[in-house]
Amino acid sequence: MPPFCAGDCMINRVITDGRVNKEIQACAVFGVMDRSGRRFGGKMIVEAMKNMKVRGNGLGGGFAVYGIYPDYKDCYAIHLMFEKEEAKQRVDQFLDMNFDIIHDEEIPTNEEANVSDPPMFWRYFVKPQKKGKDKKLSDDDYVVDKVMKINTCIDNAYVFSSGKDMGVFKGVGFPEEIAEFFMLEELYKGYIWTAHSRFPTNTPGWWGGAHPFCILDWTVVHNGEISSYGTNRRFLEMYGYYCTLYTDTEVIAYAVDLLMRKQKLPIEVVAKIFAPPMWDQIDRMEEKKRKFYTTLRMVYAPLLINGPFTVIIAHHGEMIGLTDRIRLRPITAGEKGDMLFVSSEEAAIRAVCNPDRVWTPKGGEPIVGRLKEVIS
Amino acid sequence: MKSHLLPEFRVERDYSRCDNCKVCIKQCPFDVHYYDEESGKILSRDELCSGCQRCVVYCHKNALRIIPYKAYRPNEYWKEEHIRDIKKQAETGGIILTSCGSSREAKVYWDHILLNASQVTNPSIDPLREPMELRTFLGRKPDCLELEFNGDDVEIKTELYPNLMIETPILFAGMSYGAISYNAFKSLAMAAKKFGTLFNTGEGGMPKDMREEFKDCAIVQCASGRFGVDPEYFNYSAAIEIKIGQGAKPGIGGHLPGEKVTATISSTRMIPEGTDAISPAPHHDIYSIEDLSMLIYALKEVTNYEKPVCVKIAAVHNVAAIASGMVRAGADIIAIDGFRGGTGATPKIMREHVGIPVELALAAVDQRLREEGIRNKCSIIVGGGIRCAADVVKAIALGADAVYIGTAALIALGCTMCQRCHTGKCAWGICTQDPKLSQRLNPKVGAERAYNLLRAWSLEIKDVLGGMGINAIESLRGNRDHLRGVGLEDWELRVLGIKGAGE
Repeated sequence: MPPFCAGDCMINRVITDGRVNKEIQACAVFGVMDRSGRRFGGKMIVEAMKNMKVRGNGLGGGFAVYGIYPDYKDCYAIHLMFEKEEAKQRVDQFLDMNFDIIHDEEIPTNEEANVSDPPMFWRYFVKPQKKGKDKKLSDDDYVVDKVMKINTCIDNAYVFSSGKDMGVFKGVGFPEEIAEFFMLEELYKGYIWTAHSRFPTNTPGWWGGAHPFCILDWTVVHNGEISSYGTNRRFLEMYGYYCTLYTDTEVIAYAVDLLMRKQKLPIEVVAKIFAPPMWDQIDRMEEKKRKFYTTLRMVYAPLLINGPFTVIIAHHGEMIGLTDRIRLRPITAGEKGDMLFVSSEEAAIRAVCNPDRVWTPKGGEPIVGRLKEVIS
Repeated sequence: MKSHLLPEFRVERDYSRCDNCKVCIKQCPFDVHYYDEESGKILSRDELCSGCQRCVVYCHKNALRIIPYKAYRPNEYWKEEHIRDIKKQAETGGIILTSCGSSREAKVYWDHILLNASQVTNPSIDPLREPMELRTFLGRKPDCLELEFNGDDVEIKTELYPNLMIETPILFAGMSYGAISYNAFKSLAMAAKKFGTLFNTGEGGMPKDMREEFKDCAIVQCASGRFGVDPEYFNYSAAIEIKIGQGAKPGIGGHLPGEKVTATISSTRMIPEGTDAISPAPHHDIYSIEDLSMLIYALKEVTNYEKPVCVKIAAVHNVAAIASGMVRAGADIIAIDGFRGGTGATPKIMREHVGIPVELALAAVDQRLREEGIRNKCSIIVGGGIRCAADVVKAIALGADAVYIGTAALIALGCTMCQRCHTGKCAWGICTQDPKLSQRLNPKVGAERAYNLLRAWSLEIKDVLGGMGINAIESLRGNRDHLRGVGLEDWELRVLGIKGAGE
């Protein structure tokens, strides 16, 4: 018996039954990027998140950091959580069969931190070892496929992140407690940090359920409850994305993966798919623009994200903030020199710096931070 | 043979109010009322009454009441209807003909589904203060858009398929000129045009004088009788619909008796005046799915691939697999007509016993097309018993792109569901070719009523959407999370893909 179930286990699990329970939650989000590519520590974002403590309830916090593994930047860094020792054995076996493991180690944690029942964390730096029909896949698609297999087929193991030179750290607790547990301020430096604090209204904390949500190096932190969840989820199922966590965030992350990574649409267009202008506005546009927006809405109607959301999406070289089309969730942007901030609240930005400029973007207008030059 | 049949209605006349104006006599096409010289009173033949209520509405003295009459000893098994039908058949030896949609008792799934609304974690949106969007596109969509950027300029490189744009997800269902009167036909066309939606010609062709004016809001039908079909007919349209089946009578064709084939119907249908217009049960050039594909592409060829092609079927047992085949055969839109769907004439046995509820058919089709990854290759229109805006909302949440309304539209024009369409004597001027009767319906007034219905339902849909925290209809489409079932068995919930209330 191989340590994973082969084939279509995901499909069997989900697609024939739409009757799943969705998580409902509210939250705080914060993102900071140094557009010059300078790497900096976690102190700033932890302070900012503390400032928005009332937006969470201690049932989930997490961080995504980019640029933390320069020594292994050509390897996929797989962050894994194990709830049972035997799950690690199965994952080890599975990874060994499918990847060259360049290095692996336990993720260092601070046992004195104020968190309850942490599972075990491990990171693997791997390179794909494609065999048979998998040879057709790109490296990225191969990694996505294997990550999905671990998440859906190996009990008590869950992949937190799987991108190169980046990682996700998350768990049950307030963000500052999670930061203390993973020693983010002491051990890591990155050029993008995003963070999330949860206020789940139904499910008690599960370490895997915290944000950010990650696929390859794409991460999403999100605040809101989307009323189009069912439409979005069922559309994404057609493209092979099966939601296993039943969170809105997961849906947004998959939609980002489909549109930005696979279909190669730029964020400026994706923002108009998630949060399109009203037909009233479109009908008043000049002909070419009107035709473009009409077509966009027609083709991507099932990926309109309706209801309140604020989302911070990041991948290497880019950080994006976006709120819904009628701005039902708060978002504020700030700038100081090369530093770009996106936050649920302005106060959190002002708590960590004296910004040159602070502004409130319109619904559906993305805030985009890009690296000024490619860092080597 | 003496008839044993008893009247279905009793005509009650308050003689203290009746002033012998004889309007009731003039209004009744079934000759129920007559003036009795001897008594100097208007009397009634109850056994002829259809219960259409025309005389009641037009009695200026409010002297008439038409009351349903149950004659036999109540019996839960041998119902009044069974007894009557047996007596009728014992006297005639024939098939029982009827019209409209199935009126039998059977579970109405719409009534077992409840809608969601936002509370606290997600704000509801006020439709009186914020835009609520119902604009809908029908047709095949590409999997993705390929874009080319030149500075600020964006070029769409992907070749797009033709799509229909409608301002509310409600269309008028196929009802032919022949089955309904010219005035009823034109009323619906005018209402559709004014509202920004579509009407459907049914299988009787499109009158020449309407082609230019209504070509952008007409779905023209191509049915097994091929009446009125030529290249011009197909090209004066927004879309083409191949009608395979109809919810009121799945598996059988149609029959327009010669006496209804008047001069204008004869020229519209391209058949000799006074001859019966018979639609065969199958299309005799479609005996398989590959034959359907050939017809679909023949119609696309004749219209230069500029119009979406819809295929309409009755909801039958294997509807999901059939629908999947239709999409693969090239249909851009599939229309599913449930067993409650109406008709101008049908054998009663077909109306009451063949087909399945459209709610279950829709849920099964939508799910199957998604599992096969082809849901965006077509749009789904459902019809057959859509009674109110709530039914529309539930249909869309189950996965429909839009709905067809036939019966509801005719009720707006005046129909009272008396089920006498097949007699050709519609007192309301809808389902008749008798000029004395059809002139009762003024197309301008009819169009206003049908338009008002579209407006009223659209407003109600917006209200419900706002409550759910949704401001565009596309975010409701297939969003079964917003539905909950009450009084349903587990298998029914599973087929509908919804949870039970409280779950």
